[in-house]
Amino acid sequence: MTKYTDQGKQDTRSGYGAGMTELGRTNPNVVALCADLVGSLKIETFIEESPERFFQTGIAEANMMGIAAGLTIGGKIPFASTFANFATGRVYDQIRQSIAYSDKNVKICASHAGLTLGEDGATHQILEDIGLMKMLPGMTVINPCDFNQTKAATIAIAEHHGPVYLRFGRPKVANFTPVDQKFEIGKAVMLNEGTDVTIIATGHLVWEALIAAERLENQGISSEVINIHTIKPLDEEAILASVKKTGCVVTAEEHNYLGGLGESVSGVLASHFPAPQEFVATKDTFGESGTPEQLMEKYGLNNKAIEEAVLKVLKRK
Amino acid sequence: MKTNLKKMPNTQELQDLVFQVRRDILRMVHKVNSGHPGGSLGCTEFLVTLYNEIMDLKEGFDMDGIGEDLFFLSNGHISPVFYSVLARRGYFPVEELNTFRLIDSRLQGHPTTHEGLPGVRVASGSLGQGMSVAIGAALAKKLNGDDHLVFSLHGDGELQEGQNWEAIMYAAGNKVDNLIATVDRNGQQIDGPTEKVLPLGDVAEKFKVFGWDVLEIENGNDLEQVIAGLNEAKSRTGKGKPVCVVMTTEMGNGVDFMMHTHAWHGKAPSDEQLATALDQNPETLGDY
Repeated sequence: MTKYTDQGKQDTRSGYGAGMTELGRTNPNVVALCADLVGSLKIETFIEESPERFFQTGIAEANMMGIAAGLTIGGKIPFASTFANFATGRVYDQIRQSIAYSDKNVKICASHAGLTLGEDGATHQILEDIGLMKMLPGMTVINPCDFNQTKAATIAIAEHHGPVYLRFGRPKVANFTPVDQKFEIGKAVMLNEGTDVTIIATGHLVWEALIAAERLENQGISSEVINIHTIKPLDEEAILASVKKTGCVVTAEEHNYLGGLGESVSGVLASHFPAPQEFVATKDTFGESGTPEQLMEKYGLNNKAIEEAVLKVLKRK
Repeated sequence: MKTNLKKMPNTQELQDLVFQVRRDILRMVHKVNSGHPGGSLGCTEFLVTLYNEIMDLKEGFDMDGIGEDLFFLSNGHISPVFYSVLARRGYFPVEELNTFRLIDSRLQGHPTTHEGLPGVRVASGSLGQGMSVAIGAALAKKLNGDDHLVFSLHGDGELQEGQNWEAIMYAAGNKVDNLIATVDRNGQQIDGPTEKVLPLGDVAEKFKVFGWDVLEIENGNDLEQVIAGLNEAKSRTGKGKPVCVVMTTEMGNGVDFMMHTHAWHGKAPSDEQLATALDQNPETLGDY
């Protein structure tokens, strides 16, 4: 199995901050907005170096989304950032009308997505955001897996015209993808080729999928591991090619099974190549307070859960 | 004042345009038996004046609007007046007004950018969003070193949406002084008078305490007052405060049976009512 090394745990939100720092230096049209969460979004360096291109909106996310839409009129590329809960559900209609329907080149950048927000609890742990955003016509939805990939995605979306939802998280997690990688929107990343089962993961669950695949290999099970960082548009070709080879699939995401990556994958399979699928995702529930590790264990979102799902799906082949 | 307008309309020309735009509005909503004539008629003088006397506009249309004044319609349901004024100003053929609210039309029930209608820069209809967008566009103008202005129009009932107050607070706090937001104070909304549905109180005073420079147009259906008021508003830009114009209008203005009621907010006239209404508004520039 292909070996991946953790270059040292880092938070994906810092990858966003690093990407913004680079964009601040290289793309004069990029502007940043934030709703009173500058420290959490790690954009201090961008603000320090380009203060005239930063807009602090205060605790007023609806206004932030509207201002971001307006800034595009005149050629700016706004990156509007806050926690995932406040970047999606709270402002759904603003995103729908002023950004998505109006085809505005706004990048909605959302930190603290999913359960790994931890102790703050369910009020802040959105597990529905991928679904909300992927349902909007024209919206690109990206959920990178580590620091390096989040930085690369941040830089890449500035070059893409159209609204984008970029989702990342709070905790420090393994950083294992290449430094300064090229990020291709909509292109799945093959992490390990295998023959028995396809594991399709996104975000924080990609590293967990690799750990699970390694343990499965020791049991004589060959797993193909694919990192789907772009949930929409989905790399259907890569998914179908893999499942046609392995005959079954496990999807893994830090999100509700309703509306998430797994649902998108099952849609592709139902239309083109029906195959058994198991969902590693939350099961239509809110989260709660706890450490990220405790929550991922309790809600079945870690490598152990992926391993169990693989063993289950193999029996359904 | 203006440098690149081909000609400066005098008040009589504006009045002729007002009559013609009213006819357009009435005929558009009558044809499809839907749409919002009341608020459209109330804001006819304002939009006719804005587009033909006040704004500094380039020829043609591009989304970025660099080097020209911009306008955002937040209360998108008054699309009939917006479409008519845009068409009569040359953004698209007036014959296209025939397609209002029909399938495959660029003239959607509420204004959108989706079908590429020239003159529209953001979708509106879900209320309360336009001021934020106008602020963003005004900020982009400042970043671009473009000293042109951004205008916006808001219904008074629309101010019940909380996002407006986020935007009102932001614009003052950040000295967005290249923005002129006008509130159409017609005192009516779908369920009745604004002061009964959810009282707005003293709108001008509210903007003032939020830090805006506020002026009032007592009769927003009087062309002279609208011209003077908007010119006064322009003269107050660039002084560290966003400018608000509280403009009192009469819903359904120019059609006697549509005035002094909220009944015509979203209702089209019958054949007979249309004939009566058109009789009160002479054809001046030719019907589409």
